[in-house]
Amino acid sequence: MAALDMNAEGGPKFVGDPLKIPKIECGAMMDTNTYKAAPAHNEPLGFPGELLENWQEVAIAKLGELAATNRAFQVYLDTCVKCGACTDKCHYFLGTGDPKNMPVARQDLLRSVYRRYYTFAGKYFPWLVGARDLTREVLDEWYTYYHQCSQCRRCAVACPYGIDTAEISMAAREILDTVGVGQKYCNEIIAKLKKTGNNLGMNPKALRATLEDLEEDLEEETGIPIKLPLDVQGADILLITPSADFFAEPHIDGLLGYAKVFHAAGVNWTISSYASEAANFGMFIGSYENMREVSWRIRQAAKDLGVKRIVFGECGHAWRVGYSFLNTLAGPFDFLDQNYPIPQHIMEFTSDAIDDGLLKIDKSKNDEFVMTYHDSCNVARGSAMGRKEGGQFDLPRKVLQAVCNHYYEMERDTIRENTFCCGGGGGLLTDDLMDLRIKGAAPRMTAMQQVSADHGVTHMAAICAICKTQFSKVMPKYGYEMDNIMSVHQLVANAVILDGQETEAEAATAEETP
Amino acid sequence: MISTVFAVLFYLATILLVVGVGMKVMKYARTPVPLKIVVSPAPRTKRGVVLRMFREVIFFESLFKSNKWIWIFAYLFHWGMLIVLLRHLRYFTEPVWWWVELMQPLGKLMAFVMLAGLLGLWARRIFQERIRYISNPSDHLMLALLVGIAGTGTLMTYVTRTDVIMVKSYMLGLLRFDIRELPLDPILLSHLGLVVILMIIFPISKLIHAPGLFFAPSRTQVDNAREKRHISKWARNLPPLPEGIPKKKEG
Repeated sequence: MAALDMNAEGGPKFVGDPLKIPKIECGAMMDTNTYKAAPAHNEPLGFPGELLENWQEVAIAKLGELAATNRAFQVYLDTCVKCGACTDKCHYFLGTGDPKNMPVARQDLLRSVYRRYYTFAGKYFPWLVGARDLTREVLDEWYTYYHQCSQCRRCAVACPYGIDTAEISMAAREILDTVGVGQKYCNEIIAKLKKTGNNLGMNPKALRATLEDLEEDLEEETGIPIKLPLDVQGADILLITPSADFFAEPHIDGLLGYAKVFHAAGVNWTISSYASEAANFGMFIGSYENMREVSWRIRQAAKDLGVKRIVFGECGHAWRVGYSFLNTLAGPFDFLDQNYPIPQHIMEFTSDAIDDGLLKIDKSKNDEFVMTYHDSCNVARGSAMGRKEGGQFDLPRKVLQAVCNHYYEMERDTIRENTFCCGGGGGLLTDDLMDLRIKGAAPRMTAMQQVSADHGVTHMAAICAICKTQFSKVMPKYGYEMDNIMSVHQLVANAVILDGQETEAEAATAEETP
Repeated sequence: MISTVFAVLFYLATILLVVGVGMKVMKYARTPVPLKIVVSPAPRTKRGVVLRMFREVIFFESLFKSNKWIWIFAYLFHWGMLIVLLRHLRYFTEPVWWWVELMQPLGKLMAFVMLAGLLGLWARRIFQERIRYISNPSDHLMLALLVGIAGTGTLMTYVTRTDVIMVKSYMLGLLRFDIRELPLDPILLSHLGLVVILMIIFPISKLIHAPGLFFAPSRTQVDNAREKRHISKWARNLPPLPEGIPKKKEG
């Protein structure tokens, strides 16, 4: 591990305690804004290209419509008592000190407007309840601070009434989109997906070429022709994985891990070029319609290919959509094999494969790594795995510990349902928010530094494409290398020994005897 | 005269409270829930959800896990208030129920517990900078109102006793729409006046958190989205999307 360069210019300050509460610093992040979408990004999503002339009227009407069609939004606007239990729970507040990044203060940006137009007290005594008119300044403030929320729901766990800031933040983004103020990063990506089937805008030809390259790599490594099938009619399993798995590190190594597990389990699987994306940014912008359209592609692909099962790869929010929403948005899946969960997570698949003795594992292959595990927020708080409650925490740990010898947990209040967001979730994984991303990663990085100091932890594993990209970018700011973040299935890939695979010893012998 | 004014106020406040809370609850119950948004730790069964809500209501479980200081003060206040309220049943029942009679000493003591909790919460609102930042005037006034009610009540219990027999006769009268005389004791009248205000603002203020708690999908949903399809009415009526993959040339 490199020396911690805590005084690097513009770098984060060292926080000894991952939960340390900063002093309030008003306006600290008010100028951190993400790029706004161009008309070409907004229009394919069904939103106006630019700010509407009567935006105020439209926004207020939309606010009312959302409250009338979403119980959570309505109840959460009404029930907050400002007790303050959430105020120290947001990683962006902990990392920036900006009070508007405290969950309740973030909610209040919108609640104040709701009160002004939709409640008795706010209509007649606005000063009393902090109600305010929806002005251009307020709209801009929404844009700024609702794009400093990664919708990770750590605050919702803390709230005595279960108020979920993610719901408020999603609603705010939908209102912004409805009046023509979209975020470039999310809207451009959704538009791309609608055109090509994935967030990258990768066409089927390019995807096929990529997969073929990876097959070659796998054969070179193992001596076995392991397939990464694309658009195979009649395959048993359709793999839906984030497109980052096709090009980014360490994501690719995770994909190779799934391929090895599928190979070892002897199942017939395929990727679809039409639904070559697990990510669903429709969730980030709070748009039911867009989220449904993106999800629907998975149903279409599954029907078209005639598969029996759907398995999701390592992707955090995609798994929230997959586990919690897919059946709602694109179900019922009566045409799939009902003996398996629909959809199933690759972690559930691998865990079952381990239980069934289908995987030959040499843990020592990962001995160079001392691991810890980062619970990705959407998996931890918005989904589940396996048959037992808490499976989303236990299964990844079980798989990790089955494939590596050195494993340590981070601080109790930073894992499982109390996990911190990586700092790049919820549609904020864009370079124009790098400052926010670095600061927001501070609590997690501090927790990792602790176990590095205490147990010599070198690497962190995650099962989310956003977490992996985010950490590979921000880890160097905290004294780690960019490859200190790993896919869980990367470690699986390292440790699995396939039938007929040349082991290193055999390879060495083979070289010696020409 | 004053007795009549208070009688009218009580009837009005009761109607506003019951109708107001009823309307809010109906609104919450009728508003659709588009998605499964249950938050961890999420029970997989209905029984689990009932247990979870039981722990929330009885122990304030989430608050306990998230902030011990707020939990202590909120717990003292709410339980103190509940027992004080139950003690007040003696002014509305004749003969007084045995368990109300039994809890009388405890009920009198709990006034201090309730006050301690309220003052603790208020102190945090004033001195803890994060909570001060999120507080509106109404948040302070709400505490002032509750402290006022508890304070005047405690005064009457321990310092300047009021004519309890007369108060009880008045209250029993109210229940039969028979307006009797109320002692013209300023502390008693303040106590009752503040209670009337509390009843009136209950449905239109943050006090609605009490019934609202039971309508938070993040806590009340069963985590079974894969096993049981959840779909809201308006979502069911969305225009259908095509089943197969539309044929087009691939580039």
